[in-house]
Amino acid sequence: MALIEIRQVKKQYRTGSDVVEALRGIDISIEAGEFITIMGQSGSGKSTLLSVLGGMNHPTSGEVEMAGVNLYQLDSERLADFRAQNLGFVFQSFHLIQYLTALENVMLPLAIVKMTTAAKRESARQALERVGLGTKTDRLPNQLSGGEQERVAIARAIVNSPHILLADEPTGNLDSKTSEEVMALFRQLNDAGQTVVMVTHNPENGAYSDRTISLKDGLVCA
Amino acid sequence: MKLHTISINNLKRRKAKMAFLTIGLMVGIATIVTLVTLTRSMSSDIEKKMDEFGANILVTPQSNGLSMNYGGISLGGVTFDQREIKEEDLAKIRTIKNNKNISAVSPKVLGGVKIGTHDVLLVGVDFAAELKMKQWWQIFGDPPKGDNELLLGSDASNVLNASSGDSVQIKGETFKVAGVLSQTGSQDDSLVFASLPRAQKLLGKEGKITMAEVAALCSGCPIGDMVTQIAEILPDSKVSAIQQVVEGRLKALDQFKRFSYAMAAVVVFIGSLIVFVTMMGSVNERTTEIGVFRAIGFRKSHIMRIILLEAALVSLLAGVLGYLVGMGGAKLALPFMAESKNAHLLWDSTVAFGSIGLALLLGILASLYPALHASKMDPTEALRAL
Repeated sequence: MALIEIRQVKKQYRTGSDVVEALRGIDISIEAGEFITIMGQSGSGKSTLLSVLGGMNHPTSGEVEMAGVNLYQLDSERLADFRAQNLGFVFQSFHLIQYLTALENVMLPLAIVKMTTAAKRESARQALERVGLGTKTDRLPNQLSGGEQERVAIARAIVNSPHILLADEPTGNLDSKTSEEVMALFRQLNDAGQTVVMVTHNPENGAYSDRTISLKDGLVCA
Repeated sequence: MKLHTISINNLKRRKAKMAFLTIGLMVGIATIVTLVTLTRSMSSDIEKKMDEFGANILVTPQSNGLSMNYGGISLGGVTFDQREIKEEDLAKIRTIKNNKNISAVSPKVLGGVKIGTHDVLLVGVDFAAELKMKQWWQIFGDPPKGDNELLLGSDASNVLNASSGDSVQIKGETFKVAGVLSQTGSQDDSLVFASLPRAQKLLGKEGKITMAEVAALCSGCPIGDMVTQIAEILPDSKVSAIQQVVEGRLKALDQFKRFSYAMAAVVVFIGSLIVFVTMMGSVNERTTEIGVFRAIGFRKSHIMRIILLEAALVSLLAGVLGYLVGMGGAKLALPFMAESKNAHLLWDSTVAFGSIGLALLLGILASLYPALHASKMDPTEALRAL
C-alpha cells in the first residue's frame, strides 16, 4: 500500500463572484522512501496541492490518505496532531522564528511533545549536525546566511522524524551554489529513507528526485 | 524548549511594545491603588480623629418627659417617673455584638449642690474616660487625680471665684480645685466635675448613674445597629445617636470614594483597551509565526497558551509596578488630601494582592479575543507562501 494516496482531489477558490479551480481532480500515489518533485508553471496548482497534502487546506472534494489515515476526516485539532507526528515542512522563505536561536528553532516542533528538555536539546543538536550546522546552534536567524537558514528550516522539519518531508520551493530564495548544496542535502536525507515531496519550478531540481509530477492548470499532465 | 520559552523570548524581543503595554496597564493599576489607598488612609485618619468629636451615642434613663432646652438655654421640662441607670448595667454595653467599635464609655451622675451661696450642677465622671472622649478640653492646672479634687468649668470658676489650687466646700466637705477648663462654648462651662464615686456619695446616688456617653466612632461601624444593640441590653434606658457631625464627614468621604472608583473604572477601561489593541496588533504582526506554529502541529490551545502567557507575564509585571507606583502616588498625595497632618499611609496586603490580581484578570481578559483570533488563523493563509 502506498504511503500517500490522493484520490480525485479538487480545490476551488472563490474570489468575489469568480470561482477559481486550483486543482481539478488529482490522483497521485506516493510510496514510502520516494523523492518526488512537483513541477509546473506559476498558477498550475502545485503549492495548493502541497498544502492539501500537508493537511492544511481542506479540498473541495476528493480524499487524501496518508499512512492509512484519511486526513480530512479528522477534526482540525487531530489534524494538527497528525502534522506534528507525521509531517515536516520546509517553507520557501524559511519562516524561522527570529527571536529563537538555531537550536531553539529546531526544537520548536518538540515544544508540544512530552520529552525532557535535555532530550529535546539533544534531538535538535543531532538534526542540526545532520544538516551540517552543528557548530552554529546558538546563532539567531539574522546571524546566518540564506543557505544556513534553509538548513535550519530543514533540521526543524526532520527533528521529529516525520514520515514525509514536504518542501515548498526550498531553493527559491537561494543562489545556484547554495541551491545545489540544499538539494544534495534533500537527496542525502532521502537516501537515508526519508520520503520527500518537493514543489519546485526549477527543472534542475528534478534531477535529484526519483520522480517528477508535472501539473498544468490543476491537472497532472505527466 | 517549552511553550513558555516562546512567550518569554517573544517578550524579550519586543521590548518597546511590551514596555508600552506594561506602562498602559500599570497606569491603570497605579491609579486604582492610589485612589483606594488614599480613600482608606483618609477614612482611617478620620476614624482616629473621631474621638475628638466626642460621644455619638447617648444612654439616658427612660422617661416620659420632654426636655425643653436648645443651644444650652433651658426652659425646664416636664418630667415624671424619672428612673436611673444602675452602674453595674453599664458593663453590659461592652458585651454588645459591635463591642469592638466602642472607643469609650463615660458614665455620669448629675445633681444640684450648693457651693457657697451658689447653686451648681455637680457632675460625677470617670475622669479617664471623660478625658479620652473630650480631647479638646484644655485644662488650666491639672486633671483631678484623687477623690477630693474637682474640675471647674470656666463659667463656674468665675462665678465661684475659684481657680486651680483653691479649696471649696460641698456639703461640709473640702475639695481642692485641681484644674479649670478653658471656655468650651458648651454646657461644660457651667459645670463642676468630681470623681464619679464621690459625686454619687454626695448626691446620695451610690451605684446609680444619670446618663452615659458612648464614643463609637468609625467609618464602617453601624451606629444605628449599635444603638439597637445597646437598647436591647438596657431596656430601661433610652439610647440615641448623635450622628450629624460624623455622618456629614463620612458622607463627604463616601462621595470622594465613589468619585475615586468611577475615575478608577475609566482608567481601567482605557488600560484594558490599550492591552487589547496592543495584543491584537501583536497577533496580527505575528501572522506568519502563528502559521508556522500551526503548520508544525501546534493545537489552537497551544497558540492561546502562548498568547495568554505573554499577557499574564506582562500583566503581572504591570500589577507589581502599578502597586508600587500607586502607593508612591498615594504617599505623595496624602498630605494634601488628608485633614490631619499625621495621617498614615495604610499598607494593606489586600490592596497589594488585589491590584496584582486585577492586573492579571484585566490583562488576560483583554487578551482573550486576540488569543482566540490567533488560534483560529488558517495556517495556509497565515503562511501565504503555501
